[in-house]
Amino acid sequence: MRCIIRLVLLSLSIGLSACSIQPWVQSHERAQLADPIMAFEAHPVATRYINHVYEAREAARGAEGSAGGGCGCN
Amino acid sequence: MAVIKFFLSLCLGLISSQLFAAVLPDDQADVLYHRYEGGGITVDGPSVLVRKGYKDKISAWGNYYTDSISGASIDLLAQGSTYYEEERTETSVGLDYLHDKTIMSISATNSSERDYEANSFALSLSQDFFGDMSTFSMNYSQGNDEVRQNIYEDGSIVETIDRGKARHQRFGLGLSQVLTKTLIISANAEAVIDDGFLNNPYRSVRYEESDGTLGREPEKYPETRNSDAFALRGMYYLPYRAALRAEYRIYRDSWGIDANNWELRYIHPIQQWTLEAKVRGYEQSQADFYSDLFPYADAQNYRARDKEMSAFSNQAFGLGASYDWQQTYLSWADNTTLNLYWDFIQFDYQNFRENTPDNTNEYGAGNEPLYGFGANVIRAFISIKY
Repeated sequence: MRCIIRLVLLSLSIGLSACSIQPWVQSHERAQLADPIMAFEAHPVATRYINHVYEAREAARGAEGSAGGGCGCN
Repeated sequence: MAVIKFFLSLCLGLISSQLFAAVLPDDQADVLYHRYEGGGITVDGPSVLVRKGYKDKISAWGNYYTDSISGASIDLLAQGSTYYEEERTETSVGLDYLHDKTIMSISATNSSERDYEANSFALSLSQDFFGDMSTFSMNYSQGNDEVRQNIYEDGSIVETIDRGKARHQRFGLGLSQVLTKTLIISANAEAVIDDGFLNNPYRSVRYEESDGTLGREPEKYPETRNSDAFALRGMYYLPYRAALRAEYRIYRDSWGIDANNWELRYIHPIQQWTLEAKVRGYEQSQADFYSDLFPYADAQNYRARDKEMSAFSNQAFGLGASYDWQQTYLSWADNTTLNLYWDFIQFDYQNFRENTPDNTNEYGAGNEPLYGFGANVIRAFISIKY
């Protein structure tokens, strides 16, 4: 939990420091970022399944991103 | 030609500006067949996800998922069993609400097996800021499980015993950040707190009797487990139309397990196809209370002989293909894709031995060959956006 609190403080400091600078990538410059191949996870249902496989076979869990685990099974 | 290129880039810029403002996911239906085969067991079944929005403010979704499990894992073989069948059904519903640059989400899940019932809910919040270059998210989920144990006679369940309850809570934070016109990164941190009955009621550990024979007693885990995981992910648009995805995650928990995994993916579109190749590596240390062979009965307050609690590593290689199907059968569908993904995962255990009765007789307890196996994972699905 201490690590989480540190991360919150870091995020807040980044956010506060961002007040003095302007976004450097404008909306019209994001064509490549908006390409579907740039999605972190293009298929949530498939991502959720593979994360379920990892969680069932590995001790590590958490920070999976948008399609997190929590398989509720034994 | 230059004019056409200019208008195309302008249109893409407008689309991307919308994509990088907070938007709800597209209306879509996914029908997936999943299959895991390895280590003596096969787990397969369908997963159906349907999502529908209303006035670009609300998006509701439902997911029905089943695991049909059959076969005999190394744990079952070691205890003299030969075959096992089980089915797990999971139903989830959720709602996403968009307000300005904020998306609020709520979901609930029920997972049901003959000897395990799990109910969970999740809340999450995400907020775009800094010219939509940054997205901050936080999530909380809680799962409440009822753990039971079936007593079998001649392959039939004759009694079910309540073994206890387990609670799982997750606290997560995320920050995604556009760094350049071709690079976006995402950092996630998640703490998981478990309490209650956390071990498998069927699994036992083995120990040496004073006369040299092998004895068995049930596993016993601590009733609490806290873990922290941190992950960093990046998506990079290559100089030609292709993308590279990289991921690294570290993990540590109060049971003494340290783990880390990395992954690289290459995504390459060719006309109506999107092809993907993936490599992944994972390694972990053992839990403090794990042993392949305990020296005597009740040797420790806590004891485990679950291979997931041992020290091991795995390496995965995956290939995938997505085909943009220009079908005309479903007039209401805007976009249909056919998808097939295959992963092969090789597990190599460093201190978990393949203790089948034959191996133990041949090599002696504690000297059996180290266990390892390969698993094939298939995901085949159709995805329809409407």
